[in-house]
Amino acid sequence: MSEIKKFMYVNRKAPYGTIYAWESLEVVLIGAAFDQNVSLAFIDDGVFQLTADQDTSGSGFKNFSPTYAALGDYGVTKIYVERESLEERGLSLDDLQQLTWEDEDEDYAEKDSIRLVSRAELAEILAEQDVLFNF
Amino acid sequence: MKLTIQVNEGPYQHQASDTAYQFTKAALEKGHEIFRVFFYHDGVNNGTRLTTPPQDDRNVVKRWSELAAQHNLDLVVCVAAAQRRGIADPDEARRNGKDADNIAPGFRISGLGQLVEGGIQSDRLVVFGD
Repeated sequence: MSEIKKFMYVNRKAPYGTIYAWESLEVVLIGAAFDQNVSLAFIDDGVFQLTADQDTSGSGFKNFSPTYAALGDYGVTKIYVERESLEERGLSLDDLQQLTWEDEDEDYAEKDSIRLVSRAELAEILAEQDVLFNF
Repeated sequence: MKLTIQVNEGPYQHQASDTAYQFTKAALEKGHEIFRVFFYHDGVNNGTRLTTPPQDDRNVVKRWSELAAQHNLDLVVCVAAAQRRGIADPDEARRNGKDADNIAPGFRISGLGQLVEGGIQSDRLVVFGD
């Protein structure tokens, strides 16, 4: 690959009312094979995608939330969650899955993938990206 | 400038495909290069030749096919999204045991890697959707 670009996948919608969240995750998993500098952002209702203990048995939808825990193995280690979006929905970091990745450079130390950022901080991170995928 | 266009909504219900078409046409007229147009989510529904809009309305699908023929555009429909929504070319129909295909002229079915490649190869990825 000629150059490495900063790819960010921006997730804005709740996990099951529409298919955007799941089909976004499919792009992330395929895109991981392309060795780009990848990060994910969760804003607005998108923060619900990461909530722990999801149970879809009543709706018939496939519960794809365990897939987020596999992202670390795909080399996706930067997951930004917007603090204001959480707070506006009565959520905190404790309501989300714990997502981790193993740092090869530090004897496979387990590190948190989720980075809680303010709306202003996220705006700066967005501005640094080369490619933004909006879902 | 080299552009990849992503279309995330189907025809008629949303304006996204109309706007993407107008944008693509205008960009070509200005001399820009369209690396690829990638249809994702319900956007894959832009690729069925079975659409039959009333004669006094625009034909969203035919318009894409004609633009592709004129400018040799690469119109790619995501295979995973297409399978869910019943968009098939002859190969896909055969592989999945279906009795018909419906892909419109100028469109081809391929994988999500084509979208990611578009992001890497192009100067801008321009996304049309909700």
